[in-house]
This record gives sequence, structure tokens and C-alpha cells, in this order.
Amino acid sequence: MSIIVNHVSYSYNPGTAMEVKALNDISFTVSDGEFIGLIGHTGCGKSTLVQHLNGLLKPQQGEICYNGENISDADYDLRALRSRVGLIFQYPEHQLFEEDVFTDVSFGPRNQGLSDSEIEMRAYEALTQVGIPDEYFYQSPFDLSGGEKRRIAIAGVLAMKPEVLILDEPTAGLDPKGREDILNLIRNLHEKEHITIILVSHSMEDIAEYADRILVMHEAKLVYDDSPRSVFAHEEELKAMGLSVPAVTSIMHLLREKGVGVRQDVITIEEGLKACLEILH
Amino acid sequence: MSIIKSEKLAYEYFRRDKDGAVDGIVRALNDIDLDISQGDFVAILGHNGSGKSTLAKHMNAILYPSEGTIWVNGMDSKEPEHLWEIRRSAGMVFQNPDNQIIGNVVEEDVGFGPENMGVPTKEIWERVEESLKAVGMYAYRKSAPGKLSGGQKQRVAIAGVLAMHPKCIVLDEPTAMLDPMGRREVIRALRALNDVENITVILITHYMEEVIYANKVFVMDQGNIVMEGTPRQVFSHVEELEQLRLTVPQVTRLAHELRKTGVRIPEGILTAEEFAEAICRLL
Repeated sequence: MSIIVNHVSYSYNPGTAMEVKALNDISFTVSDGEFIGLIGHTGCGKSTLVQHLNGLLKPQQGEICYNGENISDADYDLRALRSRVGLIFQYPEHQLFEEDVFTDVSFGPRNQGLSDSEIEMRAYEALTQVGIPDEYFYQSPFDLSGGEKRRIAIAGVLAMKPEVLILDEPTAGLDPKGREDILNLIRNLHEKEHITIILVSHSMEDIAEYADRILVMHEAKLVYDDSPRSVFAHEEELKAMGLSVPAVTSIMHLLREKGVGVRQDVITIEEGLKACLEILH
Repeated sequence: MSIIKSEKLAYEYFRRDKDGAVDGIVRALNDIDLDISQGDFVAILGHNGSGKSTLAKHMNAILYPSEGTIWVNGMDSKEPEHLWEIRRSAGMVFQNPDNQIIGNVVEEDVGFGPENMGVPTKEIWERVEESLKAVGMYAYRKSAPGKLSGGQKQRVAIAGVLAMHPKCIVLDEPTAMLDPMGRREVIRALRALNDVENITVILITHYMEEVIYANKVFVMDQGNIVMEGTPRQVFSHVEELEQLRLTVPQVTRLAHELRKTGVRIPEGILTAEEFAEAICRLL
């Protein structure tokens, strides 16, 4: 399983005075089982990119291949692609609409044309995966807390058994514990269900903690594609793009400026703790 | 002088089942006593559903107390004749900038508030100019709001409130949808308003790093204020905050973890600068 993005460009309102280039010659490959963080300031083209990955938008130049097949081909089954590459938008709980939790989560598999027993099994599995207990199944989703609603919305996508899950700021507006719960859920889906994850986030700390690889977009271009450690070594460059590095990385850089010989490749609290203890002992 | 003061403020609402029948009462705020002085920078923390937004909505009379009283700039919010004066004294900014901006041009949007208040045209333009300058958006006065970034839109929303010459500005998670640069811009603008114009800022947020500039922090849980103090005092209670589904800034956390291993570093460190100095003293 792989997604190949090959020299893809996309503009809004092409050929008019209002033309805006949203993707400019983007190339990268996503392999099976990766956990990728996608960062960039508002308007850099992230959302346009993720909408290409499940066929909501089609490349104007270049191509995207999913498992070796070009998704722009006339006979390509885009419906199947959208079940395999699940896209979870910002504030997905705004898209809940059914009377009870279970029916809402069943909506995706029902549209896939599965049998009733299969639909039920899928919905049950998905709700279990996101940690929603049985007693909530026949409640209205609107009576639940923000974090619970978001988990149900994620279950709605999981019920379609995606191979890739793209999440656009899944933690926006949640309290710190709610953020951690959602991120741990995503980590679990990655580790236990082997779902490939693409996480769009404005939190450098979360990306450093969870992702194995980071894509950085700036002004419609892909400017970095590397390990978190290598990307976050570029503090000045990231700041100039309106981004930042994890707070703990900044602290280590500041210590070095003050003449303290502390490790500079630190991106998480645990590593920061180790680095500080190394110089203190 | 207190700008917002409450005594035994409580707010209850009916919980209804799906047929609309009442099946319980929720006490969203429980006997809140609050005293915020003119010029304070207050941060309110609390998990989702702890009552923060309900409290904020009492500060400009969107909601009225079920019990107790809240005074805004000395006016009891339950007196209907004070309604507009209260809304003028305490302006409100919400989470999503796209829901708050109505004008087609930035300066028109900012002028909407004072125009509604019947301010003479010449003065409206003066207010628009000073408000946009205060948030660093004057250069964009002729722009279309739709073309701005999230942080810029939020600053335009703040300017729209400022143009009504409020004494106090209440912000309910104004940075939740913004990228790191947008968050920095909004917080910088709020600090400047507080420092330079002495406007009271009441900031509700889930980002702990934004709280360190406040001079007072309230932590809410189940409709109660359960912790109160300076950021340093509040962030010294790492474990208690975790119990309340909250956390501390990453730098505070790092210092706390170091302390747990026996390193003699003070609790409640708030900035990278403080942390670096503390480490240097230990070497």
C-alpha cells in the first residue's frame, strides 16, 4: 500500500485574475504504516493537499497514485478510494446528524452497500475502538461532551475500515486531557490496527511526540520532508514561516546560547529531562 | 476599582430529553464570587464543560444569573435598562473569526459597532483608525476580511470591540483555531491593550502558554472556581491541574520532572529564560 504524489500542482480559479496557487509541484510518497505530521500556517495549502489524497480534488498537473493506480484515470473507483482513505475534517462533530450514536456511525458502511449484520459489526467495532461504551449507543450524539462527540465522528470514518486516516486538527477546541485522549486514540489506531496516519496540527509539541516523519508546507510548496528531529533543528526557518518548534527544543537552543553544552536534538519532554540530567550530573 | 464583581452567582438550566420534556436541572455555575479590577489581565482555565463559557456570557449579559448577582462596571446585569451599557463596557470575542466578521472591508467591519451606537461619522473614523492601530492591523484597513489569515481576522474582531471603547474585553478561546503565528499575534495584541490602554482582559483558553502573561488565573471545575492565584502559584500545582484535565506549559513541566529526580530547581517556572537561568545557577 502506498500513496505516490508526483509533481502535483493545483490552483484555485485558474486562468483568471483571482488565480491562487495552492499546490506548487508537490512530490512525496507515503508508505504503509507511517505516522506523518503535516504542518504549515493557515492558507499554506495543507487542506488542498489532503483533499487531493482522497480524490475530493484532482491534480491539475502531475498525478497521484494509490496502490499503483492513477486516481485521475477515467475508470478509477473514487468511491472505493474514499472508504480506504478516510478524511476527518476540523470539528468533525458538526457533521453528526443521526438520532442516536449507533445509527450515525452506521451511515458510512450503509453507504458502502454492506449487509445489515456487517454494518452492525462495523459500527460496533468502530465505537469500541474509540472507547465509547455500550450505554451511549442509543443516546443522541448531541447530548454527549465535545470530546465524546469527536470520538464518535472518528468512529464514523473508522467504520468504513480505512487503510489511511487523515485528520485535520483533530484536537482543536479540546481541553488538554481531551487532546491527549484523542492523540492516544490515534496512536492506538496506528499501532494496533496498522492504519497509516496523516495528522495535520498546529501543535509542534504534539507532532514531535507522535509523528515519525514531518511534511512542512509553505506558500504552496513542500519545504521539508524529514524526521521530526531534523525538521525541528531549523528553528529560525520555521519561525520565519509562522511556525515554531516544541517549547522544549527552544529551551535547549537558549541554553546553548548561554554557553551551556546541552544536547540540541531534543524534541520531547523525556529527551529534555535526560539532556538536562546529563549536564547536571 | 472593580470592573466585574459577582456574589453567589449561580446559573441553572433544564436538561431535556429528545421529546423536549425536562428530565433534570444542570447547575452550570455554582455560587461564584469574583472580583476583577480595572486593568487586570485575567485568564480562566478549565476543562470542556467546566462552566468557563457560561461565566463569560454573564459578563456581558448574554446570560443572566439564576441566583446571585453580577455587576459589570458597577451595573447589575439583571436590570434591563443597563443592557446596552453593559455590552458596551464589556466586549466579547469568540472562537471562530469567520462567524464574527460581517463587513466587506476591514474598516467597515470595525466601524459597525460604533455606528450602531449612534457615534457621529467623523468620530467613527477616528475610532476605527485608533482601534486598528492598537491591534497592528491599520495597514490592512482597505482589505477584504476573507483574504486575511486567522490571526489577522481575530485581531480585526478585537478592533471591532475596541471601537466601542470598552473597559473590558472578554475572549472565549480566541486562539483555538489559529496557527502558532496567529496565536502569537493575538496574545501580543492583548498584552499591548492591557499595558498601554489599561483595558481589562479576560482570556479563556486551553493553551497554558498563553496564561503566563496574566496577573490572575482562575481555574474552574463543575461550575466552581477551584483554584485562584498568579500563574506561578497555579502552575506550581502540576498534579492537581492534571486531576482537573488540565496541564502546565512544557517548560514548567520540564522543571517539574527535573525536581522529581531531586534537582533543586524552583516550582512554577514559566518561561524558557527563567528555566535557563535556573539551570545556569545549578552548574
